[in-house]
This record gives sequence, structure tokens and C-alpha cells, in this order.
Amino acid sequence: MTGDFREPKRTDPRTFLVEAVSYIIRFIPAAAALFVVMRDELDRLSFALPVLGLLFVGNLVAQYLQWTRLTYATGDADIRVEKGLLSRAARSVPYERIQDVSIEQKLLPRLFGLVAVKFETGAGGKEDLSLAYLSEAEGERLREVVRERRDEGVPQALSEVPQADSEQSSAPLFQMGPKRVLTFGLFEFSLAVVAVIGGLAQQFEFLLPFDLWDLDLWQERLAGPGQQLAGLGPLAQAIGVMIGVATLAVLGFATGIVRTALREWDFRLDRTPKGFRRRRGLLTRTDLVMPVHRVQALRLETGFLRRLFGWHGLKVISLASDSGAANHAAAPFAQMDEIAPIVAETGFALPGSDITWHRAMDRYRLDKMILASVALLPVTIAAIFITPSWQWLIPAIALAWIIAHHWWRWRHDRHALDATQLYSRHGWFTPSLAIGSRTKLQSVEIVQGPIARRRGYASLLLGLAGGNLRVHGMPVGEARAWRNAILDSIGKTDFSDLLEARVEPL
Amino acid sequence: MEDTTELTELDPRYKTMMRLVAAIFAVVLLAGASIAEFVIPGWTGVVWGPVLLVVLYLVVWLPMRRYATRGYSLAEERLRVVRGVLFRSDTVVPFGRVQHIDVDQGPLERAFHLATLTVHTAGSHNSSVSLPGLAHEDAMMMREQIRAAIRRDTQ
Repeated sequence: MTGDFREPKRTDPRTFLVEAVSYIIRFIPAAAALFVVMRDELDRLSFALPVLGLLFVGNLVAQYLQWTRLTYATGDADIRVEKGLLSRAARSVPYERIQDVSIEQKLLPRLFGLVAVKFETGAGGKEDLSLAYLSEAEGERLREVVRERRDEGVPQALSEVPQADSEQSSAPLFQMGPKRVLTFGLFEFSLAVVAVIGGLAQQFEFLLPFDLWDLDLWQERLAGPGQQLAGLGPLAQAIGVMIGVATLAVLGFATGIVRTALREWDFRLDRTPKGFRRRRGLLTRTDLVMPVHRVQALRLETGFLRRLFGWHGLKVISLASDSGAANHAAAPFAQMDEIAPIVAETGFALPGSDITWHRAMDRYRLDKMILASVALLPVTIAAIFITPSWQWLIPAIALAWIIAHHWWRWRHDRHALDATQLYSRHGWFTPSLAIGSRTKLQSVEIVQGPIARRRGYASLLLGLAGGNLRVHGMPVGEARAWRNAILDSIGKTDFSDLLEARVEPL
Repeated sequence: MEDTTELTELDPRYKTMMRLVAAIFAVVLLAGASIAEFVIPGWTGVVWGPVLLVVLYLVVWLPMRRYATRGYSLAEERLRVVRGVLFRSDTVVPFGRVQHIDVDQGPLERAFHLATLTVHTAGSHNSSVSLPGLAHEDAMMMREQIRAAIRRDTQ
């Protein structure tokens, strides 16, 4: 509060006029509709009219009072807005954090010469500051104030060294030719299409010579091979099934290939002075630039099958405010030796061989399995006695699935922390490795449920701009140690420095 | 808890406020129970008894537990918020990662001179971390402290 001279100001008085006019504009159709509907009973309506009028006036008065209670002030270090009649809300936005000031003019405010000013910060929850309405001059003044204050104490961001436009000549960081796209497409086998077509086949089963989906019929057939001989020979039946399956498989592969080709055709990733530039697509070609210093984390994904062939995909998690999505594929389908140079360019690093991986506590996975058993075992047993035939298999299979899932994840999920980064490898059908920078995290949270507290494990939830990063089932002590280590790293740099890339990311 | 920093308790008036909110709910619950009691013939207290236990839990026990499990700390330029009776969460936001700061007061909070401090971060998880139950002047002071840290860090 040292030398903070600020006088709270109200928004432009004409704001109330705009609000009132737009309120009346909204009110008139409703009133007219009511009038038309009730025109035969106007005499009875006359009792309601004063009430309506009171509501109308009351609303205007409330709006006026609200306007009187909304004030803003520009101080030395921040912009403050206070508002509220019954409840009070005060927001303080430091100039340092304002990334953009936008001035918006809709039709009605425009007639009065008013503008709405929006101050955008990097907040993850889309909660920013906006002031409606100010005079055009005041809007401009605020924009200037923010610009000046921001530039004041801050050395201007490293001016981008204008390099010769050499990107066209230089080799791309990563690209995919037609052959690669085709291979990628094969792995993108569309199970959804198979399911849909299979479902349609069921709808149009009269076209098939037999009922493919009738389980009882199958049981009959299997039980007594003699019974269906009258209709179809087993060979013909087997051929029919094979043709059906093959058709579905071809459709699944074709869909995968076409979809992949449309999206990934002529994929090309370049390293330009501004960041990564990605171009891809067959019919709609997209061109995207991802600034390197805005990369928050990396995600290395693979699939159940494609892992066996060494195929991986690299995704870049960037600040959400950049071009909509926060998740960008930097190399959707590549071998590790192709991914490594891209990772190096982002300023991150792949986990070295010397780091120690930890797995979730045994009892964490065990507790999950026990919980599932407690819920599903009684259901299974009850189903055996209650339901007529095989229905008990449903809860039994679900239980087996959950247990297998946790066993698998217990074996394969790992997390590790080194001097600059943290790693979390997790997943079941699509294993993925998340690489986060220790400095580029926003918050650290430790969560413990009632069971976790008794059993001594905890979840570590990390605030990452544009994505999720969490480790479950850590021993409490380890979670605390991680938190302290990460907080120490975070404390060394301010968010604005990261954003402006005033420091080297690592 | 086992961490290096000691937690600060919330303002005691917050406990009273939580009690009041629970009491408003309890009055509604008791009214309903009384109607049921008169409508259903039989022993007296068949509805009142259980409802009274629930009310006692809500008005006496739960606010006490909630108050006891909550705390905060501003040490080392970090805002640490601990909360949760059953599911305990312990969140830390370094001042250097705060985007903007809110100090909000609902009508009841104003009556009790309390306020809620909310810090917003750029993270998708914990994009806003709220700390209710602060004395209004404490909340204002904490806001100044956090804001000052943001400024200092960047110079």
C-alpha cells in the first residue's frame, strides 16, 4: 500500500441507460405476448398490471443501485474492481499478469459511444476481468495504462532475432510421407465403425441366412450339431461367419486409413524462429505455430499394439489460450529416434537411464481391487442364484476386468522426479508418458480420502496449464517430498517470466 | 501437519456462520419432522428422535470438524489451503503463479465481517483456489501481500 494513490471510479453513467434500454427491449416482447394472450380478460389483467409495473421498476432500480456499487480503480500495481449490492466481490488483477486488453463495441453501446474493456490474464478457468461500459476515451486510456505499467519495470522480452527465412530450405523436424500415413492408418483401425456396422447387420439380419446374434440358437447348434443340418451345413455357416468378419475388418481398416489420411496427409513439422510450425491435412490443410516457450508439458503416447512395433506419438501441451486446443500433436506416429530431436527442441528431455522410477504403493492397487470385489462379488453371487442362465457373467467379467486393469497398472505405471522434470507413465490400453517441467507448474495439491489416510497413501495433483498431471497412490512422505521439491523449483521464477520467455525454460 | 510450516486457524466467527447456515437448514428439517410426527400416529419421537440426531450432527458436530480441519498458511511466499473432513486436500499455490485475486463477501459473510479469498491460477486443475472464513481485514491484508509479491518477483 506504499503510495497507492487511487480513486475508485464508476463506469460511465450511460451504462445504466444502455442496461435499461436493453432490458426494456427484452421486456417489450414478453409484455406484448402477455397482452395478446390475455386480451379477452383485460379487466382481470388490470389487477396484475401494477404488480408487473412494480417488478419492472424494481428491476430498473436494482440495476441502478448495482451500477452505483460497481467501481474500478487503477493503482500502481493492479486494476481493482469492486461490485455487488448485497454480496461484495473485489477482484485485483496485477498489470504483470494482463496479457491482452481487448475493447469490444456492440451495437447498442455503440450508439452511446461506449465500449466494454476486457482484460485477459492467463487464468485457467476463463475468469477474467471485464468492465462494461466505459467511454471510448476511457477504454483507450486504460489500455494505455496497462501497456505503460507492464513495460515499466520490465525489460522488454527478447526481441525476436529476425533470422533469414531459411525454413523452406532447411529440413523439417519431422514429416510423414504417404507410406507412413498409410501405416498409421492401419493402426487407427476403427472399432466404432465395426460396432456400428455390426449393429446395422443386426437390424438387417433378414438379409443373412441365419441369426448371428441369437445366443440360444448358438447353444442349440453347438449342443446338437444334427439339428441345424436341415437348414445349413456347418461349412457354409463357417464361411458365412468368416465373410462377415472379413467385411467388418476391411471396413474398419478402410475407415481408419481414410480418416488418418484426411487428417495427417503430408504432415510436416518445422522449427521456425517463432516456434514449431505444423502443417497437415489433405482436404483442409491446417497451419499452426506453437511458440516453444509456451510448451507446458509433453505427452508421449502409444497403443496396445503399436508399442510392439515401436510406434509412438508426441503431443505438446501448450497454454490453453493458444488457438483453442491446448493439446497439439507434434509427431502423431513416429519411432523414438525421430521423436528425440523434437523433444530436444522443446527444451524438455526424455527420461534418462539414471533416474529412479517409483510405482504406486502395492496397497493402493490392492485397495482398489478389494473395493471392486466388495461391490461386485455379492452381485455376482446373487446373480448366479437369481438370473436364469449366464447373466452372472456380466458382473463377474467386470470384476475380472477391473482386477486385471489394476494389476496391469500396478506393474506398468511409474513416476519419477529428477532435477528439472517429473515423469508419469500410466495407462492400460494406451500407455502414455507425461513429461512435466518442475518450474512450469501452477499449483500442487495433495489429496487423501478416508481409506488413503488410514493406509498411508495420497494423490498428488499438479496444476498444469492446458492439461492434467497427477500421480495416484504415492506414499504420503514421498508426496510431501515431491511437493516441497516442486515448490522450490516453482518459486524461482514468476509466471510472467515464463510467459515472456525471459528466462531459459530449463 | 507434518510439514515445516504451521497452519493458521480460520476466524472463529466462521464456525458460528457455518452453524447458522446449518441451523437454517435444521429449522426446515425440524418443521418437516414435526408435521410428520403429528400426522403419523404412534409413539412420540419416532421421527423427532432420528431427526434431532441429524440436526445435532449438522449444527454442532460438522461445523466443529470442518473448522478444525481447515487452515491456511502464507509462509515462504506460498498460499497453502488445507480442508476436508473426510477427503482431505492440501493445496499450495506459490505467489508467483497467481493470476488474479478475489476477495468476496456474501450477505451472511458481510454480517459476520468475514470474506473469502480466491486466487486464480493458469492451471487447468485448481484454476481457482478459495479460502473462506477469513476476517475481512485479514483477507484484504493477504491480498496486498500476494499482490506485492507478484510485483516484486518480476522486477
